[in-house]
Amino acid sequence: MINVLKIKKDFPIFENNPSLVYLDSTATSLKPRPVIEKLVEYYSKYSANIFRGVYSLSEKATKEYEKTREKIAKFINGKKEEIIFTRNTTEGLNLLAYSLGRKIIEKNDEIVTTIMEHHSNFVPWQILAQESGAVFKVININQSGDLDLYCKNIKIKKSKCKMTMQNSKLINLNNIITKKTKILTLTYISNVLGTVNPIKEIVMVAKKINPKVIVIVDAAQAAPHKKIDVLDLGVDFLAFSSHKMLGPTGVGVLWGKYDLLCEMFPFNFGGEMIAEVFLDKTFFKDPPYKFEAGTPAIAEVIALSEAVSYLEKIGLEKIEAYEKELVQLAYQRLKEEFGKNIKILGEGNIKERSGILAFNFYNLHPHDVAQILSEKNICLRSGHHCAQPLHQFLGVSSSCRASFYFYNDKDDVEKLVEGLKEVKIKFKL
Amino acid sequence: MFNIYTEIILDHYQHPRNFGEIKNPTKKVEVANPLCGDKIKMMIVFDKEKVTEVKFTGVGCAISTASASMLTEYIKGKTKEQLKKIDKNFIIKMLGVSLGVNRIKCALLSLEALKKLL
Ligand SMILES: Cc1ncc(COP(=O)(O)O)c(C=O)c1O
Repeated sequence: MINVLKIKKDFPIFENNPSLVYLDSTATSLKPRPVIEKLVEYYSKYSANIFRGVYSLSEKATKEYEKTREKIAKFINGKKEEIIFTRNTTEGLNLLAYSLGRKIIEKNDEIVTTIMEHHSNFVPWQILAQESGAVFKVININQSGDLDLYCKNIKIKKSKCKMTMQNSKLINLNNIITKKTKILTLTYISNVLGTVNPIKEIVMVAKKINPKVIVIVDAAQAAPHKKIDVLDLGVDFLAFSSHKMLGPTGVGVLWGKYDLLCEMFPFNFGGEMIAEVFLDKTFFKDPPYKFEAGTPAIAEVIALSEAVSYLEKIGLEKIEAYEKELVQLAYQRLKEEFGKNIKILGEGNIKERSGILAFNFYNLHPHDVAQILSEKNICLRSGHHCAQPLHQFLGVSSSCRASFYFYNDKDDVEKLVEGLKEVKIKFKL
Repeated sequence: MFNIYTEIILDHYQHPRNFGEIKNPTKKVEVANPLCGDKIKMMIVFDKEKVTEVKFTGVGCAISTASASMLTEYIKGKTKEQLKKIDKNFIIKMLGVSLGVNRIKCALLSLEALKKLL
């Protein structure tokens, strides 16, 4: 069981804002005390640069920094030399578009992505395709908000073991992945629809068609909410952000298969990433260091370790199950109160969704809805959530988005419902 | 936070003035707010220096719609010289509410359109 009242005590922001209803963890999560304290610990006890000093403070900082690398490796079942610290998910994906994409993509090759991507996993590939003359393929979604890649007309037998809807559907990538596809890049969880894509199955089917296809996963919304095992998923690269999983801002993680990382050229050049520099040439360090040029966000990386500990202490399976319950409750309550006047984006498989509900309320503009809710200290996102192609596809220019994490509870859902009632009154609906 | 949805703003939002298209405008522009993807199209007819007709269309929030509605009402009959003097402060005064850093962009979308029409 998740004890929200107890959990809230670990997040100092609730002490300072007792009436806060925070429903925007998809944008960034709140931070628990151990993370904040770890930042202070670094700055007050051993705030030296890493790798550079032989004195003990620097050694302590280096040790702590590398401890996070090991921790993250275990967290996603990778190896520590496969963990690259970036600034955020966006930088990890851009690093790939430069260091991998610009090396392997040639004219008429195919790059495949989906319509539900965050701009950070869409634009870098679109630009790369334009530059190189490659084909940029975008997988659409169906009515229910799932990727449109399930076989139709296939009857699925109900098996005894519990399978999710998605696992029991057969995936068909025949018209999507070809021998010319070099990169398939997609999100694990949509930051608008909450759709959880069946990554493992997609990888299996894609690699059966073309064993050489490289699969990249944007795990920005998955890492905070779901146990990730990169080996089990069978992916080649995976990126996520610290700040969405209780950690500090300014740090991201890019994981990649070691062999592939070795083949890639560095993205940034400078300090820490070199082995030797001569007048006429430079040798680079091995991964991950050749991708970490310059002084990194040392304190933030170190404190990220505490975020992982906190998540593991509660348990990601528990977090996932709790959020699913909460988002279904929210869905039910909103539908009960407002019926057709609240339109949820991609509401087909609400039982399979991560804790995200994007919606439009009456014909009101999301800004106006969010503004009135903010007067009641309810934090809700409004806009296109960095997913304009998806909104265009759905025929709306923007939406409101409520997202739930394990520090949210039923009360927050009720406050959202009450807040929306107030919006109705204000606009005389 | 105090109320920015005053009667007058709600009235202009729910019944926007000068909403629609002009067949043969002297000039026509489209501006967008990248924060939310909102768009406003504004078209204008000048008789020499004077505005004889102005209209706008597009989707927007209450603030951007009310701002466009009130602004188009104001600028009819004014000269280009008079319109050049309109600035951010004018719009804020016109709306009569104080907006946060993010919402002020909504209010200023119609001003951006007007500047491009001059
Ligand atoms: C699915 C997804 N991908 C990528 C990102 C980008 O994350 P960041 O801004 O930390 O780089 C986000 C953040 O909103 C996201 O939700």
